[in-house]
Amino acid sequence: MEKGRLNGSIFNTLSKYSIYLVLVVLFLISWMANENFITPQNLKNVANQISVSTILAFGQTILVIAGMLDLSSGSVLALAGVLLVSTYVNTGSLILSFLVSIIVAVICNIISGFMITKFKTPPFIATLAMMTMARGAALLYTKGQNIYQIGDYVVFGQGETLGIPNPIIMLVITLAITAYILRHTVFGRSVYAIGGNEEAANASGIDVNKVKMKAYILNGIFVGIAGVIFMSRVNGGMPNGAQGYEFKALTATVIGGTSFTGGVGNAIGTVAGAFIVGFLDNIMVMVGVHSYLQQVVRGAIIALSVIYDIWAKSRKKGKKVQSA
Amino acid sequence: MSDVKLTIRNISKAFPGVQALNNVSFEVKRGVVHAICGENGAGKSTLMKIINGIYKPDSGEILIDGKPVNINSPIHARKLGIAMIHQELNYMPEMTVEESFFVGNWPKDRYGKVNWKEIRERTLELLRNEGLNYSPTTKLKDLSISDIQMLEILKAVSYNSQIIIMDEPTSAITQKEVDILFGKIRNLKAKGVSIIYISHKLDEVFEIADEITILRDGVIIETRKKENYDMETVIAQMVGRKLENNYPKEEVEIGEKILEVKNFSSSGKFQDVSFYLRKGEIIGFAGLMGAGRTEVMRALFGLDPYDTGEIIIDGKSVKINSVKNSIDNNMIMISEDRRRYGIIPVRDIKENVSLSSLKRFIYNGYLHKREEVETVTEYCNSMNVKAPNLETLVENLSGGNQQKVILAKCMMIDPKILIMDEPTRGIDVGAKYEIYKLMVRFAREGKGLIMVSSELPELIGMCDRIYVMAKGKIVGELQRGEFSQERIMKHATALNIN
Repeated sequence: MEKGRLNGSIFNTLSKYSIYLVLVVLFLISWMANENFITPQNLKNVANQISVSTILAFGQTILVIAGMLDLSSGSVLALAGVLLVSTYVNTGSLILSFLVSIIVAVICNIISGFMITKFKTPPFIATLAMMTMARGAALLYTKGQNIYQIGDYVVFGQGETLGIPNPIIMLVITLAITAYILRHTVFGRSVYAIGGNEEAANASGIDVNKVKMKAYILNGIFVGIAGVIFMSRVNGGMPNGAQGYEFKALTATVIGGTSFTGGVGNAIGTVAGAFIVGFLDNIMVMVGVHSYLQQVVRGAIIALSVIYDIWAKSRKKGKKVQSA
Repeated sequence: MSDVKLTIRNISKAFPGVQALNNVSFEVKRGVVHAICGENGAGKSTLMKIINGIYKPDSGEILIDGKPVNINSPIHARKLGIAMIHQELNYMPEMTVEESFFVGNWPKDRYGKVNWKEIRERTLELLRNEGLNYSPTTKLKDLSISDIQMLEILKAVSYNSQIIIMDEPTSAITQKEVDILFGKIRNLKAKGVSIIYISHKLDEVFEIADEITILRDGVIIETRKKENYDMETVIAQMVGRKLENNYPKEEVEIGEKILEVKNFSSSGKFQDVSFYLRKGEIIGFAGLMGAGRTEVMRALFGLDPYDTGEIIIDGKSVKINSVKNSIDNNMIMISEDRRRYGIIPVRDIKENVSLSSLKRFIYNGYLHKREEVETVTEYCNSMNVKAPNLETLVENLSGGNQQKVILAKCMMIDPKILIMDEPTRGIDVGAKYEIYKLMVRFAREGKGLIMVSSELPELIGMCDRIYVMAKGKIVGELQRGEFSQERIMKHATALNIN
């Protein structure tokens, strides 16, 4: 009996941290596969590359934990981004253009949140609609043209502070915010409760609609920040930019252990998920894997991580506290 | 042929950390209703899941008609003539009656296409044989729980099942429907079908069972013919001690009115409901299913809107538009549907218990976790929650312990008014007794308690006053001393007779 308990706890510990184990193993394999992998420049590149989708993923993590999601984040990013770039080109004010990006993204998310809380539209449908609308609006505003010559704005996304690239700094800041919110606020606890059992959360006195709306507003802020970084990284206002980023973000979220059935997940896991995808992409390029095959591998990783998650959960289920 | 249909021989099953079944042996005879009694966590469900092929035993064997069998899955069990009717009916609301009969077992024509004609014919035949007049194309969502349960039984019969396991079949149905169910069981018995009957309701066990086996902590205590058992012995064997008293009711000093509800109405649900509750008082709400008791409580608690009426708490007229309003007024409700409204299964005990009172741990912009853990621990201890630690996920707790977790959560908001809707449904005798004791404690602390229950003995045992509802109205009010099952039922059914 004692032995059973021990095995159980080792298994639990392993399954709790398996995502980080995978990350470390992947790191070591990549290192062995190509010595250039470990150079500071390359690692910086990986972090830089994943920064935008990971910041989006923090918003997704909160939403998915609460049993929702955002399919529109790539499109809203593009809309917020082109408005940001255009504001900067016209006014030269960095602060003002950042604010524009964030406000636009928040407004789009408030609209989605309104559809979801007021009209009970499923999040999938509401944000699918927003995805289409926002992309259309971005193209409409720019007449389908990229905005170039955006001046010294690129300094932000491509610049460094104290030797650390700004996108990575933003990544760390948004990570800290997400982790803090999820762990240390009533809002965070409410997010877990709603995802775990919405009706019980409501019956426990949680204002479910308010929490859902807050989650979308927060997501909007992250999308706005991601927009700032994305547009300066690509050095232009791209109405067609960031296509499919919502799925990159969801991929990192899911691989990071956030459960699509809701109620389970955390920010650190999402970062680990993002780095798994980032390292994998990086090493596949380095060793010359065909780009089409890369996609197949990425898809397989999503499938495997979810299958593992479900398997681990069903294994735990057998271990009910029967004696209690 | 011997008259033993099913033999369970030396079955053991362990899960990490717990020996669920230990060397369990018993026999189920042909054409007999065999009740298995035990507290939650005694191992009943594990045993049934083994018989139904969901779990594999670590050791021991199962014999059907004297031949050893190795049951791999519920489908395999079905082929061997074993059917199980689960406590929580898992049905697909959008499915029709005929589809539900053949789901997983679709008759096919020679091209592998589903043979709808045959399905229709066989369904009609089954329904006709049983004298049921549902249309085969009725959707399950349009039927009542007891109808669906009847269909489940019919389905089991249609597979020619020789052994039918019924897990708490009466937990969601009314007395009248229980009578129908028991008639059905007696018919099956006459046809030589063996029934394994699991229930917490001992009066029903004594009514329907022929033999009773007591299971405690994974071990068989004893099997006897019903005639050789009495209720007290069964309870004593189940809990391993003698319960001095079924209801630990105490005289408590009753104070002034803490809650008054006047002319409370919600169109189509309840009309003109007025009642009051005093400090230290336990009031009961009796009535048949659909009498509107739960609806009144849900509206009072802010879960559903109401049309008209006044709610007075502590002498002040208050508006209750949301659960938050209720909690702010120190009123809390424990729902009848624990899984749906009570627990967040994927989160741990700590987060579940503190959910309604997180604000008190937030100051200086920070959730003070150590303080949270201390308070949660205190409340869990006081409710006697049994779990390895506070990080245990609530989905892994037994029903009784889940209920105690919910109670701990409710107590943490320091309620003055406690609404308990079927507080002991689906939990075992020992845990029930603990809940009653807690109720008495709350009353002694000067809280007002409202208990909605379909179990009349529990209302009679615990309440100071009982309101009886029928068809959305309060039709009677009884004082302690004039309680009797007959009197309550007379009120509850009075409107139905007209």
